[in-house]
Amino acid sequence: MHLKKLSPGRIAIVTVISLFSLSCLLPFIMVISGSLSVENDIVNHGYELWPRRVTFDSYRILFLGSNRIVDAYGISALVTVAGTLLSLLVTSMAAYAMARRSFRYRNILSIYAIITILFSGGLVPWYIICVRYLELKDTIWAMILPPLANAFNMFLMRNFMMAMPEDLHESAKIDGAGEFRIYARLIIPLAKPVLATIGLFVSLSYWNDWFLGLMFVDKQELQPLQLLLRTLISNVEFLRSSSNAIDMQRIAMQLPTESLKMALTVVTIGPIVFLYPFLQRYFVKGLLVGAVKG
Amino acid sequence: MAMKSMTGTRVIAGIKRNGVIRELVRNRTLLLMFLPAGVFLFLFNYLPLAGLVIAFKNFDFDKGIFGSDWAKPLLYNFDYLLSSDTAYRAVRNTILLNALFIAVGLVFEVGLALMLNEIRNKYFKRVTQSLTFLPFFISWIVVGVFAYNLMNYESGAINRIVQSLGFQPIDFYSDAPLWPFILTLAVRWKVTGYGTIIYLAALTNIDQSYYEAASIDGASRWQQTRYISIPMLKPTIMILTLLAVGRIMNADFGMFYAMVGDAALLFPTTDVIDTFVYRSLRKSGDIGMASAAGFTQSIVAFVLVLGSNYIARKADKDSAIF
Repeated sequence: MHLKKLSPGRIAIVTVISLFSLSCLLPFIMVISGSLSVENDIVNHGYELWPRRVTFDSYRILFLGSNRIVDAYGISALVTVAGTLLSLLVTSMAAYAMARRSFRYRNILSIYAIITILFSGGLVPWYIICVRYLELKDTIWAMILPPLANAFNMFLMRNFMMAMPEDLHESAKIDGAGEFRIYARLIIPLAKPVLATIGLFVSLSYWNDWFLGLMFVDKQELQPLQLLLRTLISNVEFLRSSSNAIDMQRIAMQLPTESLKMALTVVTIGPIVFLYPFLQRYFVKGLLVGAVKG
Repeated sequence: MAMKSMTGTRVIAGIKRNGVIRELVRNRTLLLMFLPAGVFLFLFNYLPLAGLVIAFKNFDFDKGIFGSDWAKPLLYNFDYLLSSDTAYRAVRNTILLNALFIAVGLVFEVGLALMLNEIRNKYFKRVTQSLTFLPFFISWIVVGVFAYNLMNYESGAINRIVQSLGFQPIDFYSDAPLWPFILTLAVRWKVTGYGTIIYLAALTNIDQSYYEAASIDGASRWQQTRYISIPMLKPTIMILTLLAVGRIMNADFGMFYAMVGDAALLFPTTDVIDTFVYRSLRKSGDIGMASAAGFTQSIVAFVLVLGSNYIARKADKDSAIF
């Protein structure tokens, strides 16, 4: 760096950006440190950036001691994988129909989709439809089906497909391929970038979702990971707030509750941090494409 | 004469109708391919729209939405809603908090974008951008855990520091007036990096010759920012702010539920329409109240979205959503 560039203004800018970036990172480090700490150290010294004594006890308890956590991990993984695959299938087929120029009424399909962006019936009718008419309560489908078709994603994909040259269809048509064949054999391989982008959008929202679980799943064994994390935290809170009885406090002390919560948080955000390089790249791409014209 | 033209149009309409059917049959594969998405949108978006009538009904779960009796008087649920101080408080909180989030968000996002734009070191820029974007990808539940680590009374990091300095610990989770600031900080922490991306893209699109000309004329970096960058960002700022204003009646349920949850002591400043409706629906089972509140919110939101989109379209045709 040249000396000339180090004006006070520039130093201030670098400092502000560095501090803000650091503040974005520190909570993650604090959670990881907490998950590796001995319970008593957290109780005595609070959450710190570096564990005083390292132990893997909380992870051991997490994966060996509790079926519920392993189950919840399985539920979240299943919902994410099934939801993403189904959503990509449904979205790409619909987008293909909306993008076909030879179909005179494709705009009607687009209008049908756009209306769902403009109007919303709100929580109450949506909840009652799902529970009373579609009987989704306490089923795994409640966490997969409601967000499956998303008009925004359909338009994003449609726009990508409409940018493909029309000759592609014509030559395939001449070779005698039907629409579905053209879609499956020709368009899908070419649409890989947009499928990756939307696939990551969708899988992230399935993985991070707990709202659907909160609304529809009361059964313990169907709870997704995010909801379990919340339950664990609020339950310990509950235990704390009602712990005037001494033996209650002792029960709370025996399990490494604090480090266990931290360990559960770490495994919840683990896949996201692991996939972060991809997520970041494709999200920026998708965001800018969407910003150019949604 | 009249007869003739009438039969004439009827014939044309007939041909047209045949044409429609032929076109649909010809494209039956495409229609079938759209069908799954069409069905899902129908079930989860269109049916709830029809279900808005519930606000005018005396809802009975066994009779269903359409079979339930009409409320007597028809606006009973709305009268009930209007008589509730909690509902009034929720509307006020929703609008005030969202306005606060929009204003502070604008300053943070444009500010960070302008600052990042001044950074010439590629690696520093890339690393800091990655770090600030990271919180966007985690759920509000996890943010709630982070917040709890910082703010809880006994082992929270902030209270440890406060205590080591010899002060009394702060009981964040029962101090309602603090929460508009806490929530604003939480939103900023989570989405500033994300919000910056569009502004940064707009900044990189500015023609470099403006800056070159300005620096030949002796303009400082600050003057270039003030008189080139910020004016060039104005359309983007306008559009994004308008769209945010269009959603001012809709609170981010996830954030409020994960950060505040059932801490009723905090409700005076943090209870918003979405949490109010959720509680009425799921906790107190007060469907009449919940549906009237939801109905009002839907209508106002719709008007606001159309209005802001209309203004956005006037300002810049390409930035309207529809």
